Amino acid sequence: MREFAYERAADVAGAVALLGSGPEARALGGGTNLVDLMKAGVERPRLLVDVRGLPLDRIEEDGDGGLRIGATVTNSELAAHPEVRRRYPALAQAVLAGASGQLRNMATVGGNLLQRTRCGYFTDTTKACNRRSPGSGCPAVAGEHRNGAILGASEHCVAVHPSDMGVALAAFDAVVEYETADGPGTLALDALYPPVGEAPHRETALPDGALITGLTLPAAPVAAHSRYRKVRERASYAFAIGSLAAALDVRDGVVHDVRLAFGAVASRPWRARRAEEALRGEAAGAEAFAAAADAELAAARALPDNGYKLTLMRNLVVAVLGELTEEAGR
Amino acid sequence: MTVATGTTAGNRAAGGAVGTAHTRLEGRAKVTGTARYAGEVPFAELAHGQLVVSTVARGRITAVETDAVLAMPGVLDVLHHGNAPRLKGDYTNLLGKADPLLQVFQQDRVPHVGWPVALVLAETPEQAREAADALVVRYATEPHDVAFAETHPAGYGAGAQTGGTAETKKALDASEVVVDARYTTPEEHHHPMEPHAAMARWDGGRLEVVDTNQGSAFVADELARLFSLDAESVRVRSEHVGGAFGAKATRPQVVLAAMAATVLHRPVRVVLTRRQLFSLVGYRSPTVQRVRLGADADGRLRALDHQAYSATSSFREFIERSADFGRVMYGPDAYRSENHVVPLDVPTPSFMRAPGEAPGSFALECAIDELAEKCGIDPITLRARNEPEVGVVSGLPFSSRNLLACFEEGARRFGWAERDPRPGVRREGRWLLGTGTAAARFPSGVAPSTAAVTAEADGTFTVRITAADVGTGARTALALVAADALEVAPERIHIRIADSDFGPAMVAGGSMGTRSWAWAVIEAARALREKLALGGTVPPQGLTARADTGASIGALSQKERHSFGAQFAEVAVDVATGEVRVRRMLGMFAAGEIVNPLTARSQFLGGMIWGLSMALHEEAVRDGATGGHVGADLAGYHIAAHADIPQLDAGWVDDVDEDDPVGIKGIGEIGIVGAAAAVANAVWHATGVRHRDLPIRPDRVLTAGSTEQAGAAGA
Repeated sequence: MREFAYERAADVAGAVALLGSGPEARALGGGTNLVDLMKAGVERPRLLVDVRGLPLDRIEEDGDGGLRIGATVTNSELAAHPEVRRRYPALAQAVLAGASGQLRNMATVGGNLLQRTRCGYFTDTTKACNRRSPGSGCPAVAGEHRNGAILGASEHCVAVHPSDMGVALAAFDAVVEYETADGPGTLALDALYPPVGEAPHRETALPDGALITGLTLPAAPVAAHSRYRKVRERASYAFAIGSLAAALDVRDGVVHDVRLAFGAVASRPWRARRAEEALRGEAAGAEAFAAAADAELAAARALPDNGYKLTLMRNLVVAVLGELTEEAGR
Repeated sequence: MTVATGTTAGNRAAGGAVGTAHTRLEGRAKVTGTARYAGEVPFAELAHGQLVVSTVARGRITAVETDAVLAMPGVLDVLHHGNAPRLKGDYTNLLGKADPLLQVFQQDRVPHVGWPVALVLAETPEQAREAADALVVRYATEPHDVAFAETHPAGYGAGAQTGGTAETKKALDASEVVVDARYTTPEEHHHPMEPHAAMARWDGGRLEVVDTNQGSAFVADELARLFSLDAESVRVRSEHVGGAFGAKATRPQVVLAAMAATVLHRPVRVVLTRRQLFSLVGYRSPTVQRVRLGADADGRLRALDHQAYSATSSFREFIERSADFGRVMYGPDAYRSENHVVPLDVPTPSFMRAPGEAPGSFALECAIDELAEKCGIDPITLRARNEPEVGVVSGLPFSSRNLLACFEEGARRFGWAERDPRPGVRREGRWLLGTGTAAARFPSGVAPSTAAVTAEADGTFTVRITAADVGTGARTALALVAADALEVAPERIHIRIADSDFGPAMVAGGSMGTRSWAWAVIEAARALREKLALGGTVPPQGLTARADTGASIGALSQKERHSFGAQFAEVAVDVATGEVRVRRMLGMFAAGEIVNPLTARSQFLGGMIWGLSMALHEEAVRDGATGGHVGADLAGYHIAAHADIPQLDAGWVDDVDEDDPVGIKGIGEIGIVGAAAAVANAVWHATGVRHRDLPIRPDRVLTAGSTEQAGAAGA
């Protein structure tokens, strides 16, 4: 590990100034991903700016029926918050489906959004990886890609985004707020992660040196009836091989409103808008749910060893929407 | 946690310490952090070595560019094949010919990814690591081959086949029911929590080493051979070991530390990284196994043919002897088994916990379950029908064989009698439920050891033996054994282990440690009591008696000596997502006298969890292009998490070997054996689909579906 400087930011402006001091500065939240990557040599920052002490640790009403969540709120605090649990249960479930209790106590909302892929080529500096080392190639395409992307990937990168929380946030139209030396800005969660294309190393659309300060979750009555289901290779402490955040409002047997987002299928939390469009106004039922999943997955491109994800995501959509329909009917 | 539920009647009188639950003697030191492991013992003037390993799978080192690294802060030296001291490599020990992996920096060839190529020495571990990361090593690469297959042209039969081909074929042809199935297990790794670490220094003309290993006398002997030293000139200690599982014989860290201490003339510590453990401390080869069973309609076995294939390195033969598992399990009319091995450009596999038995039992015990299904017979009944009188290969009688007692008691506790044998018919919400069983067996070996017991003037006793407590509770078990042998309370026993100065002793391996060491402790205690019986007072320096068990072990009758067990599992399978979750497991074992029920239960459960992990999670993935691993860390290599093991229980039945003066069998490995098969058989019972490839991953289950689905689709 190379030597690095450590600074504790006193306020947001100070943090932004420090982060803007050079390209090798990194914001340190819980450190649950960054520090591991530093040990592995994947991240080699010159300066760590500790933002944990910043006054961004609140969950508040946004005044419009939604919630504003500070960037340094821990995953544990987010999942335990009564209004999050009441209004956006899939978000609380998604957070609790990730990592372990110890990690959730440390990890922050802002850091969660900016965590890096766990692709085994990315985390191993002896191997090629376009995301870590632009232009070196993507060995996963012809190599190990069982947990690779089926949506929105390119020949340059098939890594998936690891966040569970982000999947629920994508379903609920979260908006990310950030601060830069030139002033604040916002990005819809969908827009935070640019398409992979030819530049997988450009992982976010944030301006250089930006600090995520929080996010807003707009009011969404449908979200109160939502669920997060995560499929993984062991019962706990593993990243998803496929996950689904779903919210459903069925009136008189007809889908009035629906939100769907897929996890572990793309380089970003994947909002399934085509599936949502296909479902609105349709009679709720397994057939319509499957057709909606198929509408979303029509654009999917499987590699030799990850084609199972198409079946998995289709099955998840049918199963979870079926459960939500059944519960609404009670 | 409940304490053991079994009973044992050993060879010693009731009322002693053996057979009663005792917490670990070092337990408090461990949980309070005062127990120091090899990487933590402080030494003055300590330098730190960081190993650099190859990034190519085959070729030659053409340059080690040390200049830039030597200029980095704190860097003291860089050892590599161009400047390293020479080592001896023409010896043979318990594990065979000298391992080329321990001949560090002796030549420029690279036979696999992760091969030691340089050691960077620095004042601090951080400086050493940064410099090691910066060291440029250049290679002339050659094409590599890491693709394991049973049809690989380089494969060969390893050792003589057992049994006759013609006879077995004839018996198979004459069988009314035949199972012919191919099973696979992936590359698996045995990572201790405590990574490999060693400190070496020269002190008064002696090489003094603090290591983490399974046998300090073994390691000291090997270091003496490697560095051409007198045996008395090397002392190795390994007081606390955070897991070993076969990964901690002599390993590169201890050779590197000794070499660097010799070059630098100061103490040096070398700690391997987690990622380096994937290529430097052994592992279990992937296996392909073909099992053919022929039987009469009533399940009576006429033929058993087990062919097993595994991989080894290009430079050392290690054979995962999976095909041997069936040698004493059943009594077929005709029996054949053979192990085959394929050399590849990969690290040498090694003795990973239950070598041979773990993958072998998966294949054979699944095949037996398939045979029971085909015959329409309960799998326990089928096994009972095939109990042998003698070992089918050796013809020797069993010293004790309580397999059926394990099944009987296990079935009672598990509720096996209520089981509906039909597969794929139990549904609970999204889960299909099923139960499965399998047999377990592990040989009960013993090897010569020495021990010393001293009567101290204050009325206490000190036991000295080069045993290793790799986390199992061996230290505590030996104290209990010594207490009973001396007929005193365990509180009066001081036990000192893991110091090569105490003399040669068996390593903690092959489930032979506690049995071999207890034998020596009992003999030494007996000798001491004879001395004490002569009368007189104990002198201030104490009175010591020694034992060497070579002769008495040699006098043991020739029999098939094994532990046996019965594994039970209940699983839930969601075929829509492919998730498999174990709901409960039970293992019943016949494993001789149980010395300490508290730690024994823990070892059995640990083994069963290992087997569960093998069934559902564990798999090291090799990248064909580079020849190295992908995801070589504990985030990428999954083992069962706590949530995967909701309800486990282990128990034991009486198991007495009348000829055996000690009566203790090993329990370190048998808990794994059959566990993966029991889980796989339960998955079949749940879904109606046989999963013959481990691990039973979600994508495999999802793709295979269930007979229920197939039926619905066909309707």
